[in-house]
Amino acid sequence: MASASDAQTTRGTGRWARLGTWIEARLPVSKFYQAQLLDYYAPKNFNIWYFFGSLALFVLVLQLVSGIFLTMFYKPDGVIDAEGFSGAYRSVEYIMREVDWGWLMRYLHSTGASLFFIVVYLHMFRGFLYGSYKKPRELLWIVGVLVYLALMAEAFFGYVLPWGNMSYWGATVIVNLAGAVPWVGTALVEWIRGDYSIADATLNRFFALHVVAVPLILLALVFVHLWALRTVGSNNPDGIEIKEKKGADGKPLDGIPFHPYYTVKDVVGIGVFGLVFAAIVFFMPTVGGYFLEGANFEPANQLSTPEHIAPVWYFTPYYAILRAVPNKLAGAALMVAAVILFVFLPWLDRSPVKSIRYRPKFWGFALMAFAVAFCGLGYLGMKPAEGTYVLMARILSGVYFAFFLLMPFYTRNEKTKPVPQRVTYHA
Amino acid sequence: MSDEVDKSRRQFLTAATAGMGAVGAVFVATPFIQSWAPSARAKALGAPVEVDITKLEPGAMMTVLWRGSPIYVVHRTKEMLDQLAKNDENLRDPGSEESDQPQYAKNEARALKPEYLVLVGTCTHLGCLPKNRFEPGTVDIAVAGGWPGGFFCPCHGSKFDLAGRVFKDVPAPINLRVPPYSFRDSVTLVVGLDESDKKGAA
Repeated sequence: MASASDAQTTRGTGRWARLGTWIEARLPVSKFYQAQLLDYYAPKNFNIWYFFGSLALFVLVLQLVSGIFLTMFYKPDGVIDAEGFSGAYRSVEYIMREVDWGWLMRYLHSTGASLFFIVVYLHMFRGFLYGSYKKPRELLWIVGVLVYLALMAEAFFGYVLPWGNMSYWGATVIVNLAGAVPWVGTALVEWIRGDYSIADATLNRFFALHVVAVPLILLALVFVHLWALRTVGSNNPDGIEIKEKKGADGKPLDGIPFHPYYTVKDVVGIGVFGLVFAAIVFFMPTVGGYFLEGANFEPANQLSTPEHIAPVWYFTPYYAILRAVPNKLAGAALMVAAVILFVFLPWLDRSPVKSIRYRPKFWGFALMAFAVAFCGLGYLGMKPAEGTYVLMARILSGVYFAFFLLMPFYTRNEKTKPVPQRVTYHA
Repeated sequence: MSDEVDKSRRQFLTAATAGMGAVGAVFVATPFIQSWAPSARAKALGAPVEVDITKLEPGAMMTVLWRGSPIYVVHRTKEMLDQLAKNDENLRDPGSEESDQPQYAKNEARALKPEYLVLVGTCTHLGCLPKNRFEPGTVDIAVAGGWPGGFFCPCHGSKFDLAGRVFKDVPAPINLRVPPYSFRDSVTLVVGLDESDKKGAA
């Protein structure tokens, strides 16, 4: 049992020390700090791929702060007036042109959304490279996939809020996907919209979901993700468990305390990332239509579909899969399956070895084919659904699904290389 | 009185309490879920609209808004109507068996009066607005004899003929929807109101 006497780290007997002791007896803050930062040992051979988790956390905080401030000026009013504008669209223009620094908050938020996905995709790819989803980290991986799903929902709802024409028609297309559900599809779509078409009611509920409901879920999931991480510990580029080789002091021989070693390393990462971030925000916030689409600078118009509807780049791989199938239900089902398959990865991969360093060339080839298919689909999802593009999307969708579904077969009898006992370093 | 705990009684009571709690949770959740249905205002704004079709020339199309969706009204020419039967073999659902339309529009022309085509102008794939491409040959389509004229959805490439019937090998699953409609007199179309509704309302 913790008592006032053993909970404290004595730093003298002054007034502040006594206050510290008093707090510690009631809320063990420094014990928590000791356990989570100083006594938490992480592998010492992390490489550049290990920056993206902390960067994702950094972007999350940035999105929360910029989002809270945007909420102070934004109005979720989707009623289109006689001039063809809505309160929501006008309030975004107001933020951009009249609120002091409003443009900065909006560009931070919109750039943050895209960069969130960049770091999350790299973070996930790191998992593929070093087998971070394998035992004992299956739940850590699955919770991570749930974070990714919540992030997709969050990004979609946020995308609708400016109530530009692309917001409107993007929402129409995505919400109508629910209409592919057999039997209840039509009723389900009407329930989601709250009207007979995407309307003010839809914008209001999406606003509530974007600023309250999904962020709460996201924060809870991130907490569970970190909790699971602290329980099983980080994987590393060699894919070996550092907890198996401990020194006389009971600390992993290949581990170093998270603080100060990795806190300092992560701060450097955030510094470099911040440079890139700032360059985008200040010099090219729309990134040529990839981060903020041109058609969304026109107000929502129920009578005019944009010539070419494409989601923001981070959804385009799935969008390409959807369009590759000339059947509504099958297309929607495949698109959902493409995301859900990540959940089963820990059991699809049958190789006993985690890291790509000690797995055969074929695994590297398969992983590369998957990465190419994912990026290729991302490119095709931005192109019109015509001729060669559709054919290519079909081929790459095949590669995407083959990577996952054939994995139990091509990983079962892998000729792996010997895995080292201790972590290694590569220049 | 015995000091021993009656475990099975305790288990039963726990299960019964949890079961009642679950039933209560469903009741409590109902109003929250129901609140997402179209509100009374949305329903009121979804009332029928009247359309004056006096000025709609043969071969032309007009668009009106009903329930936030564009309604396409096309005054079809004789040539347009004659073409319909020739499309059948290239269509997914030529007889409109699987499609969504009032009973009186489940015919070759998919209309109450063959010369007036009334459609909900949202693609049955994912709700974009198909564009009117009535001029034959203007859309690249693998149809024997070329594009016969109809609607083309720019989003995902779905194609429909001049009765809103969907062609094969496109993502849209069914024909364009026909809304309930009727004619109040020879020049006034009422979208959202059936003949049968009128009798009921009167």
